[in-house]
Amino acid sequence: MSRTVELKDTQREIYFFRLRLFLSLGFVALMFLILLLRFFYLQVIRHDYFETMAESNRIYVVPIVPNRGVITDRNGVVLARNYSGYTLEVTPEKVPDMQATIAEIGKLVEIKPKDLRRFKKLMSERRSLQTLPIRTRLSDDEVARFAAQRYRFPGVEIKARLFREYPFTETTSHLLGYIGRINQQEIDELEEQEQATNYMGSDYIGKTGIEQRYENEMHGVTGFEQVEVDAGGRAVRMLSRTAPQSGKNLTLTLDAKLQEIAVQAFGDYRGALVAIDPSNGEVLAYVSKPGYDPNLFIDGIDTENWEALNNSPDVPLNNRALRGQYPMGSTIKPFMALAGLHYNAKMASREISDPGYYTLPGSSHQFRDWKAGGHGRVDLFKSVQVSCDTFYYGLATELGIDRMHDYLQQFGFGKKTGIDLEGETSGLLPSTEWKMKRYKQIWYPGDTVSAGIGQGYHLVTPMQLAFATATLANDGVAFKPHLVKEIQHPEGEVQIPPQPLYKVDIPAEDLALIKRAMVAVTQPGGTAVGASMGAPYTIAGKTGTAQVIGMKQGEKYDEKKVSEYFRDHAWFIAFAPADKPRIALAVLGENAGHGGSVAAPIARKVMDYYLLGKIPTPLKKADAKPGVEND
Amino acid sequence: MINVQQIKRRFMLHLDPVLLSGLAALLFVSLVVIYSSSDGSWMRVLGQLVNILVAFTALWIVANMPLHWLMRIAVPMYILGMALLIGVALFGEISHGARRWLNIGVATIQPSELMKIAVPLMMAWYFEKHEATLTWRNHLIAAVLLAMPFALIVRQPDLGTSILIAASGFYVLFLAGLSWRVMGTLFVGALASAPFLWHALHDYQRHRILMLLDPSQDALGKGYHTIQGMIAVGSGGFLGKGYMEGTQTHLDFLPERSTDFIFAVYSEEFGFLGNLLLLGIYIFIIGRGFIITANASTYFTRLMAGSVTLTFFTYTFVNMGMVTGILPVVGVPLPLLSYGGTSMLTLMLGFGVLMSIHTHQRLVKT
Repeated sequence: MSRTVELKDTQREIYFFRLRLFLSLGFVALMFLILLLRFFYLQVIRHDYFETMAESNRIYVVPIVPNRGVITDRNGVVLARNYSGYTLEVTPEKVPDMQATIAEIGKLVEIKPKDLRRFKKLMSERRSLQTLPIRTRLSDDEVARFAAQRYRFPGVEIKARLFREYPFTETTSHLLGYIGRINQQEIDELEEQEQATNYMGSDYIGKTGIEQRYENEMHGVTGFEQVEVDAGGRAVRMLSRTAPQSGKNLTLTLDAKLQEIAVQAFGDYRGALVAIDPSNGEVLAYVSKPGYDPNLFIDGIDTENWEALNNSPDVPLNNRALRGQYPMGSTIKPFMALAGLHYNAKMASREISDPGYYTLPGSSHQFRDWKAGGHGRVDLFKSVQVSCDTFYYGLATELGIDRMHDYLQQFGFGKKTGIDLEGETSGLLPSTEWKMKRYKQIWYPGDTVSAGIGQGYHLVTPMQLAFATATLANDGVAFKPHLVKEIQHPEGEVQIPPQPLYKVDIPAEDLALIKRAMVAVTQPGGTAVGASMGAPYTIAGKTGTAQVIGMKQGEKYDEKKVSEYFRDHAWFIAFAPADKPRIALAVLGENAGHGGSVAAPIARKVMDYYLLGKIPTPLKKADAKPGVEND
Repeated sequence: MINVQQIKRRFMLHLDPVLLSGLAALLFVSLVVIYSSSDGSWMRVLGQLVNILVAFTALWIVANMPLHWLMRIAVPMYILGMALLIGVALFGEISHGARRWLNIGVATIQPSELMKIAVPLMMAWYFEKHEATLTWRNHLIAAVLLAMPFALIVRQPDLGTSILIAASGFYVLFLAGLSWRVMGTLFVGALASAPFLWHALHDYQRHRILMLLDPSQDALGKGYHTIQGMIAVGSGGFLGKGYMEGTQTHLDFLPERSTDFIFAVYSEEFGFLGNLLLLGIYIFIIGRGFIITANASTYFTRLMAGSVTLTFFTYTFVNMGMVTGILPVVGVPLPLLSYGGTSMLTLMLGFGVLMSIHTHQRLVKT
């Protein structure tokens, strides 16, 4: 091998080497270009996106729950309030062994079987990452004991919170309703209404009653704290704070004392009572008996209590005043009488002879008066006073069901009164059209006869009947019934003005005649003779007895109960003082028998307190006066 | 005065001022960023300074070694490295699920780091020996020299180091003229065997690759590193958030922010512009490496210099790629920026070799 060849080889070698080196250089350049483009993509093109990501990494928004508005009655008596206290709450996702943890907690803080049952129920319906209370209302001692051992319980924490309380419990349950833990359906609704942000820290929402209807007013506006946190979730510093706005306080039209007296007046009877100020539609008392303790529902009711309430034959969860639909019985008569006066100019002077029954022309079927043998000679005035059925059988036949329908609906029958509560039912005011639609049947003359005394298809709620009575008492001027009188804004109170709905056109002399007849009802010779005995003011009233048609399906047969639940419902409507009414009401005693003996005394106690400030001794079922054995 | 001048001259005799200035710039940046990434800990900065001094001493010593010394230690170093690797495989200490460390009584060492220098040195030495009569057989033997330590390190497992060693060895093969046909065949073969390789990977390694494809899949788990790194880089924007102002860094969102993810810290605080500057420094150093390589006088020095330079580039690319989410997280530090003594030492040893190559042949020429 010659030296030149070797040299040549070396040069060739260097040439090839440098070629390879050059290629490597190209590769390096290409790779760095890729990096450069990547930097540009991340830092320039997608900068905003990553900026947001970094911000959401470090900035944590902590909601500050506003205080819920307080509810007071018209005199400032507190009906729903907040108190601060401690709960022990569990985040199930963070607890490795729930059984063991609960057992361990139980050694520090008493956990009753009731708490456990409620906790299990909450577990089954929770949303993810929600904390659930295992114990509420911890004592200071318990708080201290648990706090010292906290580290042993990941996922369990003590929370200081405001709790809702309803001091009047059963007495106000059906009108105030209650708040309870927010469920998934409510979350979806809040999201639809774009309210979800405002409920970020809230655990509770109004479920029924005033709490539900005025949820938006009472909840308040959630405040927010922006906190800078590190990767471990520890707050480093506060960046900004938006204070929460407390919920607005509500002042109700209700008179708490009157309400209490009304509830007590029922004694053991089931039923409903609605009292309204006829001059403006303010609801003074709103009773549905039996009630229930709304406090049980706030943190989720335990199974035992729930079943007791839900399965009771007395249906305490049923809001009778708003949703109970009953035949109106003879309370229809004053309104029927007005209809008669409206359609027949000679009605005021009509007089019939009552044999104790009524027959339709060409029929032998006898529609019986409640009084065997009849009332003798009866005119319009007396027909109201003694509640003569025969008179109204004839009047109804003369008017026909459609004219009855058209006239009576002016008093609000067959439609919702529009009171500020959710779930009102509209009762039923029949007509030929309605029957055809509902049953595909024509209206029979016989239907009209019993409709004349409020039996048959007619159904009313106690709310509707109170509204109709108030409208009558107020000379036909109807006001929308309402429970909230004022909403207190931070800037000041906002009164809810009385809302006149319409005026039923009733000639003054017709009105005077009917009112006089209704006053006569509560006086000797009337069906509620005891009602105004010894009263320094005049009471206009009307009794009613509604026949119970049957029992609801699915109830267990129980001889004693069945007989009780088949008894008639007692009605009494009234307003007083008769010449210048300040209160109008409707009282229903469920399966209580006759209106004059049971319902009228309840109404009297309510009116006595409202008009005179008189506080009665409680009425028991056994105390019920034997009254007149009539309708 | 003359004396000082002399000492200075002697000191600088085998150092390359150009390369040195590039390294100094990078090390300065390293100290600045570590101060921030450790939330202002002078201890950390001091620690890194010690690492730098130790590594620099090693660089200086190697730079002053004549080239034939380097050639002479190639074989013993490789054999020692292999022995230690086998030792690790048999008696190594396990930590974090990997067997990488060997307790030699006075200290715990990681022999794979030694191999980062030893493998290319050995291969370059081998090619130099057979320079005149290179055939495909020599390439094959060189490949085996590479494959043995590679296999041992993969088994530890240490994906990051094995990739870097494979790269450094491959560069030697490539520069030694490995035929395109063989490379093509290897490439196709690698693609074909990918499914089997996938099978051989450890669970955590597979996860890292999966996370690269979609890091958001497991944002709080395996994808956390990548996502937080990308957020840090991306939120830095064009100008950065300012020194010591990075929220990802200072609120602990970035993992391993003084070591493998230090680039995210830098990038968050200095932005795209800062990245351009940093990339510029790296390109400057690599460019200087290329020049030294191109001018190297012997086959051994050419291969060695080329391998050191390209390995340095690979380090940089893999780290920046993983922090910005285009490569899986493989545990490769950013060269000369990340905190840590071992990688600093190996890297500076490499640069010592480069300087030795450059300055000794300069002396030969003059």
